[in-house]
Amino acid sequence: MGRKILFITTDQQRYDALGCNGGDVARTPVIDSLARNGIVYDRAHPQNVVCMPSRSTMLTGQHVSTHGVWMNGVPLAADAPSVASDLRRAGYRTALIGKAHFEPFIDPFLRFAENRIGSAGLETEMTIGADGLPTPHRGFEHFALATHGGLGPFHYARWLREKNPAAAAMFFQVLDQQLQVNAGGGGDTNAPQVKHNEIPREMYHTEWVADQTIAWLSSLPADADWFCWMSFPDPHHPWDPPKSELGRVNWRDIDLPPGYIEDAEERERVLDDKPRHWRLWYDGTFVSNYEAPAKWVPKTLTADNVREINAMAHIENELIDEAIGRVLSSIDARGWGNDVDVLYTTDHGELQGDYGLMFKGPYHVDSLMRLPLIWRPAASAHVAPSRVAAPVGLVSLASTFASIAGLQQPDYAEAARLPHADGEAAALGHERVLTEWDSVLFGKIVGARTICRDGWVCTAMLPGTVHDGTEGELYDLANDPLQRVNLWSDSRHTAHRDALLDDMWSSLPTRVLPLRPCDAPV
Amino acid sequence: MGSVRRHVHIDRDPDTVWKLVGDLARQHEWFPLASCRVEGKKRWITLPSGITFEEDIITHDHSLRRFQYRMVGNPGITTHLGTCDVLDDGRGGSVVVYSTDMEPEALALVIGGAAGEGLTKLKQILEHA
Repeated sequence: MGRKILFITTDQQRYDALGCNGGDVARTPVIDSLARNGIVYDRAHPQNVVCMPSRSTMLTGQHVSTHGVWMNGVPLAADAPSVASDLRRAGYRTALIGKAHFEPFIDPFLRFAENRIGSAGLETEMTIGADGLPTPHRGFEHFALATHGGLGPFHYARWLREKNPAAAAMFFQVLDQQLQVNAGGGGDTNAPQVKHNEIPREMYHTEWVADQTIAWLSSLPADADWFCWMSFPDPHHPWDPPKSELGRVNWRDIDLPPGYIEDAEERERVLDDKPRHWRLWYDGTFVSNYEAPAKWVPKTLTADNVREINAMAHIENELIDEAIGRVLSSIDARGWGNDVDVLYTTDHGELQGDYGLMFKGPYHVDSLMRLPLIWRPAASAHVAPSRVAAPVGLVSLASTFASIAGLQQPDYAEAARLPHADGEAAALGHERVLTEWDSVLFGKIVGARTICRDGWVCTAMLPGTVHDGTEGELYDLANDPLQRVNLWSDSRHTAHRDALLDDMWSSLPTRVLPLRPCDAPV
Repeated sequence: MGSVRRHVHIDRDPDTVWKLVGDLARQHEWFPLASCRVEGKKRWITLPSGITFEEDIITHDHSLRRFQYRMVGNPGITTHLGTCDVLDDGRGGSVVVYSTDMEPEALALVIGGAAGEGLTKLKQILEHA
């Protein structure tokens, strides 16, 4: 028997959401315990700040330029490398339970396997692998798919319709009649994408994901090695946790987050100091990407909206923590407790009020890039707990899973495994972490490339619809943790900025061309 | 307005390509559809998910080798024009161009993706025939 792997992801969760990372609202004792007994990465970045590209990086161990999922709506190639396939070939049982999203959601043609698997209620779909042998889709023998809420073709939605046909309508309607991200609001403050949800807690997707995980693990023989990706759809918007749980965090009682600038004049001055797409979006005149409601103007966001949305996210994070606790208890009950590695992270962050903004987009700051990442190695591996300050990326996950299973670093993977401590970070190549953004939405083109190293974050905006290729961002993370002072054009930092850019351009992989087509908005 | 366009080069003469593309009841043979049914100037297509769309055939011009259609009778689709052209590449082959202009614009991306898959399959069918 080898070490088993429980890979837990959330969706759109901030670094500061967790108690172990300084969060002081949501109670996350289970995750905090994993952190105390494991390795906490304090500077973990995604390689893209939206779902599909970031999740594709987790699975392939590749940067966006290589795996080719350059924006949401671009499907990961069906024959893309998958660490789950490697683990399965090594004898691991494999499952993905919850949100996958390597392929577009909006798919009435059922072109994509995730949607076919969900709509037919299958466990997986078999294809012919590179070795000519049948292989399950992306290496997972068992899918139990979910996304936020009860619509769509996935297993959770089917289950929910059977349990309670009226339940789907209890959630916030994510898309409007024009299939745009819904700009409507609700709750107590008419905050965007907020609703008081009548869904019973036991029917909420967070509980279902945990239940399905427990059920799959229970089906395995005691001597099985397994890789289980438990993927929670929360706390991604809409923010509509079960109404029964609203008493956990009263939005009226919580402070505004540090990243929110209350004074409008000061807020707009900070935005004006950044590349122009920041202010243009804030004013509602340039919506560059599909992930934010096209008809919503961030400038209309109120302080109470921010409080209410944050409260909702904190509630959803508490539910996730408790769900993880149930799964870990079931693992202990199976007698596997000492042999399970647990990795916890998310695909990207959430602005959640920072700079007066919500949602996500081409904004490469800590709100979206600094992620919770925790590795609690199996007790049997005797790895000492630590906190790692070195920059690491989700691009290291595939190699980390392989190393846990005793496999070599996959030849397709572009980063070494995560370090156990800062002392081995440099030797493993963890000196910098890179993040890419590209979006093309009906003629609106935005591109950005970002490097983080030595306590600095530097972003170059690529030529596009509103940028001429000369704009960018440079932040000193130690002295400006909220990234309010853009030093890009400060002559005292020109040499340092240019050195960072040189390192970034020489470290980014060559982009695989031609670009894969975008086949859906999301 | 969502406006998308996909194209493919096919190493077959335009008349050969149009023989299949211009037979509007056979589009499901190369496009990711479950079925097609044509009656006069009307067509009904059914997607693999079971959704059926009603279409008005606007242009079906054998000399131009052009097919245009509109999705109608669906309150969720406020504007639509689909166009498929088979062009002579001047070297004995063809370029097939599939365009979609529609509201909601998000659906244009989805149909564009299906068109891309369909054109790839069309090329495979015709070049391996």
